[in-house]
Amino acid sequence: MAEFWTEWGADITQALWETILMTAIPLAISIVIGLPLGILLVMTRKGGQAENRVFYSIANAIINVIRSIPFIILLFLLIPVTRIVAGTTIGVEGVILPLVVYTAPYIARLMESALLEVNKGVIEAYESMGIPTMKIIWSVIVREARSTIILGLTIATIGLIGATAMAGLVGAGGLGDLAYQYGHLRFEPVVMYVVIIVLIVLVQVMQTLGNIWARNLRKD
Amino acid sequence: MIELKNVTKTFTTGKKTVEALKDVSLKIKKGEIYGVIGFSGAGKSTLIRCTNLLERPTEGEVLINGVDLTKLKKGQLRKERNKIGMIFQHFNLLTTATVYENVARPLKLSNVPKHEINERVKKYLKIVGLEEKQNVYPAQLSGGQKQRVAIARALAQEPEVLLSDEATSALDPNTTSSILELLLRVNKELGITIFLITHELDVIQRICDRVGVMHQGELVEEGSVIDVFTKPQHPQTRDFVFDDANFKVPDSVKKGLSATGRIISLTFIGSSSSEPFLAAITKKYEVVPSILAGGIDQLKTNSVGKLLIHLQGETAEVEKAISYLEERQITVEEVAS
Repeated sequence: MAEFWTEWGADITQALWETILMTAIPLAISIVIGLPLGILLVMTRKGGQAENRVFYSIANAIINVIRSIPFIILLFLLIPVTRIVAGTTIGVEGVILPLVVYTAPYIARLMESALLEVNKGVIEAYESMGIPTMKIIWSVIVREARSTIILGLTIATIGLIGATAMAGLVGAGGLGDLAYQYGHLRFEPVVMYVVIIVLIVLVQVMQTLGNIWARNLRKD
Repeated sequence: MIELKNVTKTFTTGKKTVEALKDVSLKIKKGEIYGVIGFSGAGKSTLIRCTNLLERPTEGEVLINGVDLTKLKKGQLRKERNKIGMIFQHFNLLTTATVYENVARPLKLSNVPKHEINERVKKYLKIVGLEEKQNVYPAQLSGGQKQRVAIARALAQEPEVLLSDEATSALDPNTTSSILELLLRVNKELGITIFLITHELDVIQRICDRVGVMHQGELVEEGSVIDVFTKPQHPQTRDFVFDDANFKVPDSVKKGLSATGRIISLTFIGSSSSEPFLAAITKKYEVVPSILAGGIDQLKTNSVGKLLIHLQGETAEVEKAISYLEERQITVEEVAS
């Protein structure tokens, strides 16, 4: 045990750190893009506060197209764009853009369904009091959906952790890459098992935290 | 105060068009409680939603204090809506906010100054009797308490008009009574005009000054509650007024009775309800009355008694007995057999 740790400890912690970085940064950017996009989808859909068929259809189609492409393909497909935006296509920097492109539409969808769950009657009550639409969206709809939003973001985060495993292909490192490079290609199965355990723990922790947070926000 | 002029509303879903409101006009005076009754699908919900433009009328005008809401721009409409409170069948509270926040949030969002928000929330929670519950979440409240919070929320806007969309329909009879009491108090003490819709006759009887009856998108009858209640004109109104379980005599029984005499309903208002008419006609004429059903309803301003009787006797004697009753301000009506 101790022996294993002296040999691999540094690599594993390094990989864990990379995975956390590759999850946290794209997640933050994806929320910044996905949440407003989800709100726009809800507002522009039929019967929404700012019904707009053209915008809704286009956004809807784009999201569906992106969501149809497996991450590993997206990663290579985006290389030219990544080079322009990030200046590099390798390492953690090189993988952030593809991860955002992969996650933001997913988050938009999750936000959309969370916001649609909010009781229409409450929204109507606020409309009847003459509250401006933007305030209703933020202080009523998003607020009421908080708990579902957190659960959605937890799902997105875990999906993102899974996607980072493929980032190794462009030399970004991370736990998935470590398991693949050493465990599979260099016949060190123990490394692979340990990495799997670390991933399981990571996912469990995320899900548990997400559940607790969501439950605390829920008051009904 | 509120005036609807020739309001029409058509809904189109696909190829189907439904005329929810057909040329409805009505006037509600300042300070009164006006109720619209109708079965579900009669269009009453659309009517009240057209009053604050939650539903935009296809045609017609909606005047609040002389201002036609249908002609206003978005921003102006919001200002006008601020003067119109509304409560709903399903309360429509924020589930993630406490009672206090539920009342305070709309005020915050309408830019009411902070210290005033606190004052108003306290004041109106006190009026609805929930000051003890201010830190509780709606999920922990009963239906009646939730409706009280919704009422406090509406009142805190300090509106001139309160619209009530089936506010007691999801509540049990006792809770309904207490909410109706509260609405009466709101009307009397705060001088707020109330426009309500309901399918419960009881609500109309107990708190309304005037009533309108809706049927298939039209306002088929309108007047003071006592008039409409004692002299219903339209078949739909009669349906409501005579829908009391007490007055449903099984057809088989009716058939048997009408063979031996006439079945009539008597309606009397106020003090006359306590006089012994039946004893009087028995003495005076050769008739044998027997009571099938009866009761006294307490209206907001008066009481109305109703009696369903079977009158046996010679045709001429029965006629005389009926005219005797009619002379004493009792409304006599033949019940169709």
